[in-house]
Amino acid sequence: MAMRMPEKMLALAVGALALAPAVHAKTIAVAAGPDAQKRLQEALIVAEPGDTVALGAGRFALTDGLSLDIKNVTVRGAGMEATVLDFSGQEGAGEGLLVSSSGVTLRDFAVENPHGDGVKSKDADDIVYYRVRVTWTGGPKETNGAYGIYPVESSNVLIDGCKVQGASDAGIYVGQSDHITVRNSISETNVAGIEIENSRDALVTGNFVTRNTGGILVFDLPNLLVMGGGNTLVENNLVVANDTPNFAPKGNIVGGVLRGTGVMVMANDGVLVRGNLMSDNPTAQVLVVSYPRAFDDKRYNPYPRHVVVGVNTYSRGGMDPQIEGKAQLLASFGGALPPVLWDGLGKPGGAVAAVKGTPALTLNLAAQGDGLDKAKPAQVSLPEPSTTVDPATVGAPAALEARIVS
Amino acid sequence: MMRGASLVAALSIAGASIANSAERAADPVNDAAITEDGFPSRLSDYGFFTGGAALKPVAGVTPYRLNTPLWSDGATKLRFLYLPKGEEAKAQGDGLIDLPVGAALIKTFAFPENGKLRLIETRVLMHRADGWLALPYEWNDAQTDATLALAGARLPLTTPQGVSISYAIPNKNQCKECHELGGSVTPIGPKARNLSVAWLEAQHAAGRLDKVPAVAHRIPVWEDRDKVPVESAARGYLEINCAHCHNPRGAASNSGLDLRWEQGDPVKYGVGKAPTAAGRGSGNLLVDIAPGDPVHSILLYRMESVEGGIAMPELGKASIDPAGIAVVRRWIALMH
Repeated sequence: MAMRMPEKMLALAVGALALAPAVHAKTIAVAAGPDAQKRLQEALIVAEPGDTVALGAGRFALTDGLSLDIKNVTVRGAGMEATVLDFSGQEGAGEGLLVSSSGVTLRDFAVENPHGDGVKSKDADDIVYYRVRVTWTGGPKETNGAYGIYPVESSNVLIDGCKVQGASDAGIYVGQSDHITVRNSISETNVAGIEIENSRDALVTGNFVTRNTGGILVFDLPNLLVMGGGNTLVENNLVVANDTPNFAPKGNIVGGVLRGTGVMVMANDGVLVRGNLMSDNPTAQVLVVSYPRAFDDKRYNPYPRHVVVGVNTYSRGGMDPQIEGKAQLLASFGGALPPVLWDGLGKPGGAVAAVKGTPALTLNLAAQGDGLDKAKPAQVSLPEPSTTVDPATVGAPAALEARIVS
Repeated sequence: MMRGASLVAALSIAGASIANSAERAADPVNDAAITEDGFPSRLSDYGFFTGGAALKPVAGVTPYRLNTPLWSDGATKLRFLYLPKGEEAKAQGDGLIDLPVGAALIKTFAFPENGKLRLIETRVLMHRADGWLALPYEWNDAQTDATLALAGARLPLTTPQGVSISYAIPNKNQCKECHELGGSVTPIGPKARNLSVAWLEAQHAAGRLDKVPAVAHRIPVWEDRDKVPVESAARGYLEINCAHCHNPRGAASNSGLDLRWEQGDPVKYGVGKAPTAAGRGSGNLLVDIAPGDPVHSILLYRMESVEGGIAMPELGKASIDPAGIAVVRRWIALMH
């Protein structure tokens, strides 16, 4: 229900609120130890806008999911190795920590072994994840939770200095969101290292993604509230040795990611991949495809559009591709496939372009929905780029940076 | 208004409110506990009931039932609506009854124990000037009163089906997870289509409801599930058990799965729909509902699980609902 307050007063109140936190902000300290569930959850409920919930060093043994629903709260631990929220004994809820309010900063703590997702923030704009670690400690397993760091349906998302290990879907997953930065983070031994899905204006930079099934995925899927993903820059990442066999439960779209994919773009409009070091990705350094399944959604465009492969450094890729006819293919390409692999679908000349001198292979699929068994691989000369992604239009707003200065 | 008071201050406000209510014997419900800032610390602070665990409603507090209720580990639920004196609820077609500021919905969860009903928790959903607020209260062992459980609680109990579970009283945020619609807390149950004509007529006759709303398609009474078309029973069940999250403005909006009663597009309610963020909840299955093939339907797989990360609903369920599963299974099996 709306506030019974004249609009002008409301505006004044909101204005005052924006200035207020510095004056009234308080720190609520929560130490590890007995009854951690109740004490920490209570702190997350009684916190007021501007407050910091300070987690002590040590291991918090938690029995249920935690949640935060107050705006402009900071949850700060003593470091991603020092403060551990341990969900090994979790009995309920779909994630370790759920954030449903805007302006939240999560920093300097770890989440271990949540039964579902690690940290989810939904409809939570202006969120910062800084030096947060999410780990499934038993290594890559199908029974691990799906997403490590999981912002969804949000505007303005900054993920910096984080680390995720073992997610059975994506380590860092940003879905149905816009103005996103994922940087300086490590994502390893997940099915997908970093996934940007049904989102726009994303910057993925300075990350180290390794030993995932696929390194960095930029996807758009049908039948969702937010579709039309694109305008995304994947720049200056280390995409190395993504060679873990796919361990995603079937049904999930990442279950179809081929082992050994470096960067994968699916059904997006406007993705620039440049300045990355890609090495030891056995299927393809860069894979550009259309949505592979049947779908019923008139609003959805299943093809890649305006995908640009810029100058990247490629080393040792495509040497053990997970596609049919591997032996013949490798023989005809001298033991390694070219760095760019395209399914051959999309508008001719408009689907994917690459800087001059980028060898590429097309799978020559005839129609959307065709399986890899219908591939007729052949070398292809991709057109030189006529479009780009303007770096000024991607990434989280600079205002979020201020929260990670100290 | 933003909540300005600390928890301690909130409790003292509630304390002040109790004093007020004692002075107003004519209207035993403490309206201030409902409408003023703060979190009353005990259920008795509101004055909805007398007689402790007997839950004898005072004037203005009316029991109701839903045609098809949310299943909660087989709990018996005692539902009451409080309307302040002289206030009237407004019908909005077949949808949610519009309850005025000062109204409250009071739902108590109880389980049989040694031949008696043991009250476990009472959830109060109250309408304040700045919106709805949901608070959970845990009953004491003596069954004399329930105290605020802001951070929730867990307790072991045995369900009527004989399953030993760790029962979870939701924390304040979890109350909101289910009750949130488009960013605001809202009631879920009392939609005209899920209430009986008789009850609605009685409320209207008593001057507590402006009119008896016309309802074209009423959700069937759950006890009649084997007598009504299975689609109707199944969709009614999904509406009240799932659709509070699985709708375009709910907590599971990002799944794209919309299980509301009124959703007419089969893909949107799951037929042939690939999962979005299911993770291991997919159970290695490809679609939410595979027509004619319940065994390959993720929807049913998740209903049949009690494991965190797989089980649906995520909250308020520690054991499976055999009757609900049977209806949904039959609906999918007969689908083509």
